[in-house]
Amino acid sequence: MKVNGVQRAAPDDTRLLLSDHLRQELGLTGTHVGCEHGVCGCCTVLLDGAPVRSCLMLAVQAEGHDVTTIEGLARDGSALHPVQQAFHECHALQCGFCTPGFVMSVVGLLAQHPHPTEQEVDEGIAGNLCRCTGYASIRRAVTRAAELNSSPHVGKSGPKGRDGA
Amino acid sequence: MKPPPFAYHAPGSIDEACNLLSTLEDAKVLAGGQSLIPLLNFRLARPQHLIDINRIAGVDRIYERDGGVAVQALVRQAAVEDSDVVARVCPLLTDAIRLVAHRVIRNRGTVCGSIAHADPASELPAVLLALGGSVVAKSTRGERVIGAGALFAGVFETTLAPDEVLVEAWFPSSSKPYSVIEESRRHGDFALAGVVRASDRLALFGVAPTPVLADPRDPARGLEPSRDLEASPDFRLHLIRVLTEQAFAA
Amino acid sequence: MTTRWFGAPVQRFEDDRLLRGHGRFTDDFDEGALECCFVRSPYAHARIRSIDATAARAMPGVIAVYTAVDLPFGGVDLPLLIPHPNLTHGRTQRCLASERVRYAGEAVAFVVAETRYLAEDAAELVEVDYEPLPVVITPEASSRAEHLVHDDVPGNVAAEMLQEVGDVEKALREAPHRKRLKFRYERAAASPMEGRAVWARWSAGDRKLMVYDSTQSPTSIRGGLAVLFGLPESNVEVIAPDVGGGFGPKIMLFYPDELLVPYAAMQLGRPVKWTEDRQEHFTAVNQERGQVHEVVVGFDAEGRVLALSDDFIHDGGAYTPYGIILPIISAAQVPGPYRIPNYRVRFRDMYTNATPTSPYRGAGRPHACFVMERTLDAIAADLHLDRIELRRRNLIQAGEFPYDVGVAWQDGNTVVYDSGDYPTLLDKAIANLGPKPAGDNVGMGIGIYVEGTGVGPYEGAHVQVLVSGKVVAATGIPSQGQAHATVWAQVVADELGVDVGDVEVTSGDTRRFPWGVGTFASRGAVTAGNAMHVAARMVADKAKHIAADHLEAAVEDLELAGGLVRVKGSPDRGIPLGAVAVLSNPVRYAFGGGTEAATQFAARPREGPPLRDGEQPGLEATGYYSPPGSTWASGCHAAYVRVDPKTFRLEILKYVVVHDCGRVINPLVLQGQIEGGVAQGIGGAFYERLAYDGDGQLRNASFMEFLMPYATEIPPIEIDHIETPSPLNPLGVKGAGEAGVIPVGAVLASAIEDATGIEITEMPLSPLRLFELYRLMER
Repeated sequence: MKVNGVQRAAPDDTRLLLSDHLRQELGLTGTHVGCEHGVCGCCTVLLDGAPVRSCLMLAVQAEGHDVTTIEGLARDGSALHPVQQAFHECHALQCGFCTPGFVMSVVGLLAQHPHPTEQEVDEGIAGNLCRCTGYASIRRAVTRAAELNSSPHVGKSGPKGRDGA
Repeated sequence: MKPPPFAYHAPGSIDEACNLLSTLEDAKVLAGGQSLIPLLNFRLARPQHLIDINRIAGVDRIYERDGGVAVQALVRQAAVEDSDVVARVCPLLTDAIRLVAHRVIRNRGTVCGSIAHADPASELPAVLLALGGSVVAKSTRGERVIGAGALFAGVFETTLAPDEVLVEAWFPSSSKPYSVIEESRRHGDFALAGVVRASDRLALFGVAPTPVLADPRDPARGLEPSRDLEASPDFRLHLIRVLTEQAFAA
Repeated sequence: MTTRWFGAPVQRFEDDRLLRGHGRFTDDFDEGALECCFVRSPYAHARIRSIDATAARAMPGVIAVYTAVDLPFGGVDLPLLIPHPNLTHGRTQRCLASERVRYAGEAVAFVVAETRYLAEDAAELVEVDYEPLPVVITPEASSRAEHLVHDDVPGNVAAEMLQEVGDVEKALREAPHRKRLKFRYERAAASPMEGRAVWARWSAGDRKLMVYDSTQSPTSIRGGLAVLFGLPESNVEVIAPDVGGGFGPKIMLFYPDELLVPYAAMQLGRPVKWTEDRQEHFTAVNQERGQVHEVVVGFDAEGRVLALSDDFIHDGGAYTPYGIILPIISAAQVPGPYRIPNYRVRFRDMYTNATPTSPYRGAGRPHACFVMERTLDAIAADLHLDRIELRRRNLIQAGEFPYDVGVAWQDGNTVVYDSGDYPTLLDKAIANLGPKPAGDNVGMGIGIYVEGTGVGPYEGAHVQVLVSGKVVAATGIPSQGQAHATVWAQVVADELGVDVGDVEVTSGDTRRFPWGVGTFASRGAVTAGNAMHVAARMVADKAKHIAADHLEAAVEDLELAGGLVRVKGSPDRGIPLGAVAVLSNPVRYAFGGGTEAATQFAARPREGPPLRDGEQPGLEATGYYSPPGSTWASGCHAAYVRVDPKTFRLEILKYVVVHDCGRVINPLVLQGQIEGGVAQGIGGAFYERLAYDGDGQLRNASFMEFLMPYATEIPPIEIDHIETPSPLNPLGVKGAGEAGVIPVGAVLASAIEDATGIEITEMPLSPLRLFELYRLMER
């Protein structure tokens, strides 16, 4: 299977969930596990570009497919993806646990609806649980991300911050 | 919440899948996995064998036939949602599919899988019933057509034999007036109660062990709905009357 | 000190790594750690006849299975964290039960294996022979005491406390009007997105224990582990890495795994980690909110409250590790922002066969607010008075501070409100709420609350200017999303006159700062924030003293700005802070980085030894802040709702918040805290419930049936602020973490009652419940 553009081996253990395979075998711990029954969305990754719950797939099922995780959106040290940038600008994350799942879901949402209406935003992010933000800032981030997507030169190039902090 | 051990099979054809189902004890078909894998993770389902049909090519078509639209085994719910054919031929199905969970679930979940899973609170079995559709079931013994009225037997129970795979669902075309209305607690949740109107036919879901046809003038007659955390039998009956009235008001 | 950063909406430094998926949550740590799984009691109350782990131990991939008899501390009761003289019958559980289990979910055995998958397989093989016993599940049943949770606790009463201010009996007798009311709150769950997790490694060579723990108090865990395992504290390191939400349950300390995981690591010579799954989280992690209140209120014809008596039962669960803090808080907070001249409150903390209770965001305050606000609405209804006007008549006025309520507070003092302006909160909320939307079935709800925040004993901070000019700071308390790394950087940057981006803050790591209490009770900004301020000011003073020598200026003529220590009015006469850091450490041997300037032949000479008595090298300081008492934040929420007359679906049409947490350090962070709190309150009021059956089984231990709201269920919220600074601390701040959640139940109850005419005296609600209440009302 391809993970973030790199060919990776499929697991031997056929009962290993894709979420666990990504985190444990491949060391991609950015995908989080919140419920293991498909409700919270923390484990959301892109499968061939479309958001799916990695906790509801066996890792072996991803063989022959392209998986994109949060780590694959922006290469190390390079500028954040517009969705990531928008989340930062809008303070749309607090503890950060649900964030990768939200970001991947929003990437998928904006691919489907590049200029979503308020209702499309709400319905598009329903399906991911957040306990910290109350969703208001996440809504704002989706709208901002749509702006950034359509005008790539709008906004800053990256947050003020330290890597590895 | 990790799945219990099982033997994993990934057949390359429907015939191979049928062969496996006929020879293996205690086997379950894995299609979209959006219903089955949670059951595995909770260890509520412990099949000895999983037959993953996702490797089978050529069974993901949506096509018109016999005045309706046929949806094959591996058609994802999202594909139906985005399908122009479905929107033209059976827009009721397009409306209903948007109520199924959330888009992310629909990206993997299959229409045939949802029908075979037969959750009494789910939308697609009720749509099939309201439209008078049918499914095609295949096994090593051959193929047969099962009408919606004869398919659903109980809670999570269909009349499919243990060695049969549901390879296609056929939805007759829907014409106005039609609607699907449900009352649920959160966006995307299973319905506390729901109705599907297809012209003058009415099917109810969430209020009986299976979807049921009902008389729009007295939809609650004969119903003995169950009680759960979010709805009592009385509340379900009440909601059915309210939703039916809404569906037939236009 | 310039106040450039204090009050500024600085965007967070935490975001970059979290957004890239480079967060480090406890389960992210591997290093070949073994994984674990608990065997937990399926019964709410049972005797254990036997435990047989033979088959589990024999399973390939299983390294160890522990039961109570296998542990040297197996017979030791876990700590009773907060003793209290009224807690006459406190009980705590053991790490692993061996004789009796008292709640479904109580830990019985601990399996360690190569993977969690194998550990779960093995856990199923552990055979426990239970003899079920009668179950006591509701507070009312506990109070009837037909069955006992603990054989040696008569009447299931863990604690009883009675407090009185004034003479309630007399005042009730003399009151022109009296009313009896009963209110009921069900249990609720905080449900952070990250469950609990613990990772531990033992280095036998240097006898060092290292633990990552998704906890709200690493310093407390460190202290406990040192005592339990007989290690010097300096040999125990506890780090709360990135924590995916706390909301209270993670301030409960010494969950069994917090001892078992380090113990297993010490025994097995490999790192060990345990991460709970969502299903077990529901019963394994502490809950809160179960209370039943019986109120008698006396009032006059103008609606002024003359006397209030509240007799309540607190559902403590099967054990009382957290003492009676929760009912103390509820008892203290019932009067709220109102003048209650005669107040009597009695509570009994009762045992039930359910998960133990300890704080969940709000921690006893939501109940108190609900009781007071519902009582006022009931008085208004009786007298046909406007609910807003009634509240105005009863509010403590702006000139009445400090206001002594007279009852006990959770820090051992009494409740004294330090500052506030409740009438303005109310006026602004009503103004912001605006006119009622047109249409049927629309109702208005209102709720005003106070919140005791910033409780002690203390917090500390270490601040250091490095020779590079960058600043590092550390405090003991961890973050679970409250942006400590950004907010404390703002406080420090202001004191030191540097750019906020040049301050790097570490929190919750005992290697960096080993002293402190924890993150809970909306205390971070007050305690750690002020400690940062104290430490940074000490550093600033030291910098000025060192620079004064070299600039030949008086200390009073110096300021810190632009990264320099400079002479006021002569900005070109200054020394960069990094250079001052060099000079602060008189060295014999230069090692680069400008340190040549501090060697003995280069540094400007001064009388006496390079380091005077009491001086320390380095431009650093450790400071502490210990609050004299809590500071009292407050707020008013108001809302319009529509309740569908047929489906009883709730639509929140408008929700406004006016909030006062004193001076605000970062308005962006504060807004997030309030928006999140209100959403959690809406969830707790209308969607979430813990559905225990009569056998003490939790029927909805999954996200499919425990209904946390999605975005589609949470309306936009309008937030406004006033600031009444606290006179009690140098920064003038008050806490804000729990504010959003406290009045939501009261507000929605008030609005739903107004919309439907249904009398609301309970939480939570749902369409089903409203349907049933409506039916009852019609009869």
